[in-house]
Amino acid sequence: MGTKPATGHVWLGIDVGSVTTKAVAVGETGAILAHICHETMGQPARQVVRGLVELGAQLAEVRRKPRVRGVGTTGSGRSLAAALVGGDVVKNEITAHAVAALDLVPDVRTVLEIGGQDSKIILLRDGGVSDFAMNTVCAAGTGSFLDRQAARLGLAPAELGELALRSKRPVRIAGRCAVFAETDMVHQQQIGHAVEDIVAGLCQALVRNYLNNLAKGKDLEPPFVFQGGVAANRGMVAAFEGTLGHPVTVPEHHVLMGAFGAALLAKEAGLASTRFRGFGLGRMEHRTASFDCDGCPNACEITELRVDGAVAARWGGRCDRWQRQGSPAREAGVEA
Amino acid sequence: MRVTFPHMGNLWIIAKTLLEDLGLEVIVPPLPNRRSLDVGVRHAPEFACFPLKLNIGDFVGALDQGAEAIVMAGGIGPCRFGHYAQVEAQVLHDLGYDVEMVILEPPRGHLDGLLAKIRRLSGGKPLTRVWRAIRFGWEKLVALDEFDRALTRARPVERLTGSAARAHRAAAARLADADGVWATRRVGREGVREILCAAGLEESGRPGEPSWGKPFPRLRVGLVGELFMVAEPFANQEIERRLGEMGVEVLRPLYLSDWVRTHLIPRVFQPGRRRRASEVKRAARPYLGHFVGGEGLDSVGETILFDRQGCDGVIHVAPFTCMPEIVAASLLPEAGRDLGLPVLSLFLDEHTAEAGLTTRLEAFVDLLGRRRAVGGAREKW
Repeated sequence: MGTKPATGHVWLGIDVGSVTTKAVAVGETGAILAHICHETMGQPARQVVRGLVELGAQLAEVRRKPRVRGVGTTGSGRSLAAALVGGDVVKNEITAHAVAALDLVPDVRTVLEIGGQDSKIILLRDGGVSDFAMNTVCAAGTGSFLDRQAARLGLAPAELGELALRSKRPVRIAGRCAVFAETDMVHQQQIGHAVEDIVAGLCQALVRNYLNNLAKGKDLEPPFVFQGGVAANRGMVAAFEGTLGHPVTVPEHHVLMGAFGAALLAKEAGLASTRFRGFGLGRMEHRTASFDCDGCPNACEITELRVDGAVAARWGGRCDRWQRQGSPAREAGVEA
Repeated sequence: MRVTFPHMGNLWIIAKTLLEDLGLEVIVPPLPNRRSLDVGVRHAPEFACFPLKLNIGDFVGALDQGAEAIVMAGGIGPCRFGHYAQVEAQVLHDLGYDVEMVILEPPRGHLDGLLAKIRRLSGGKPLTRVWRAIRFGWEKLVALDEFDRALTRARPVERLTGSAARAHRAAAARLADADGVWATRRVGREGVREILCAAGLEESGRPGEPSWGKPFPRLRVGLVGELFMVAEPFANQEIERRLGEMGVEVLRPLYLSDWVRTHLIPRVFQPGRRRRASEVKRAARPYLGHFVGGEGLDSVGETILFDRQGCDGVIHVAPFTCMPEIVAASLLPEAGRDLGLPVLSLFLDEHTAEAGLTTRLEAFVDLLGRRRAVGGAREKW
């Protein structure tokens, strides 16, 4: 065990997405020392705690005395994660993904990101975000839709991409809407097309849908980086490369890029101290509960997080009646 | 006759004042909320746009409180708003409400038709009396719009989140009760001062002492788009508050009083305003040379004017499926590229998730902040 560095400063990044929860620990050099990825399964708080405990165990194997200097959180559950573990930097996933991509591919100009339920495109110029877009009303082409189609064809999600690569004649599938795409797929399958041609056609349709929805009016320039869970699908990568006419880089840790970016943001923040509660969080009792606010007819459902009995955060309201937990305004009982 | 009208931001103040002053009993619908939205969504045609759904919710709320007539604006041009009133009357009729819909069509340069309608509502009061009522409502609207403008300057620098908004609420409540034009003007002046002071600002909008150490000049974002979505905080998910609390000053070209000035009042009465309207048109011309319905043309022109004023970016809001704003949204990326101005288009609907909106706004503000850090405050400040 003499190979372990004696101590080491680490920064944690946590990305709580709609479908998966990811966490990484990075060291002084910005290298990923430990990482986890679990399905969120509708229980972000539980998965964050579980992930943190596992992350601590992994870290203990590479560092004798890791010292957490800062925690960054991102993803749609970023506020919850920050309240739960004691986050220092809470960042939206667009900035986090951009920071992560720039770290790995410094001259990147376009980031394609497709996650479980949303997709984004980020344009970078001169080392910073210059434009971005997120899918709005339609989840066609995201991981959830691909998983569903794979399941319908009796394939594992990873198989779908491999199969698509074998296609010689992809069929034409409408990409505009997930419902239409599925109708088309059923039709093509019933008239006897091979499964690989159908899934290859599906990948092309989803890439078309993605570019039509997110990239309209934007200049897409190489180098391209493709990240998020769907980047594991080699059929999608091939479809992007075919449509864009350029190679597309998929980082090794493409699933972890949000969490990685959050960790880098925490590291760059140069924090003097951290609010991190420690890896012992797994032993603390945490509980979420909800109630209806009676302040106005909106009747917002307020969710409350308690750690060891004390209120750590409240959210879910349209106004700031419950959200400003800990601010003097709230403690003074602002609203009468 | 007990009358009501739809909500749109501060509209209720002028409408209530005007109609009450004409001797009518006014029932103000409950402010738009989740429950009224649910009602609207249930009964409105599915493909109708978001404002119509909220209108229906407002009307049902007011009718259940005993309203008998609805005063509703009409419209012209290729925007569905033009037949809102008729569709809404039909929906309410199908729901079993016996209600009279009084439709105020835009005057197109002639006030006679509009005045005659309002006069008929009042039971035939003399025109001078009607005019006085309009003046009074107008004063209140102008004062309230000034409160809103002060709030958007105060919010980004307040030390305690919500303190400027609290001063705003207090001032607005006093304004609603103000009796007469002179009282209204006084409350208006005092209110603006109180809102600015609540955030430690002097009346000029410059930081007073102490300035709480927040950065100045701060990021400034122009808010353009469809009138209702810009004016009604419930519909735009309180975008001004969200941005303000991120430290951004929000500029709006479309305060209700401005819209009335440019669209309802004949141009001969206000030569200055006429210049403003044609200025917007001229600014839009390289990208859009004609009226496309609603505020589509204004959205393009105002974006370009905001750039000239030195805004760091522009946010464009519209209801999902809004045709005039789809035209604008397809032109704004090109305009933004030519000007080097970041533009974010947001199409909002009843089920727009809060998390997605927050993420976009935060990322946009990050983008603007970084540009500011790299390039400094824009010269045109």
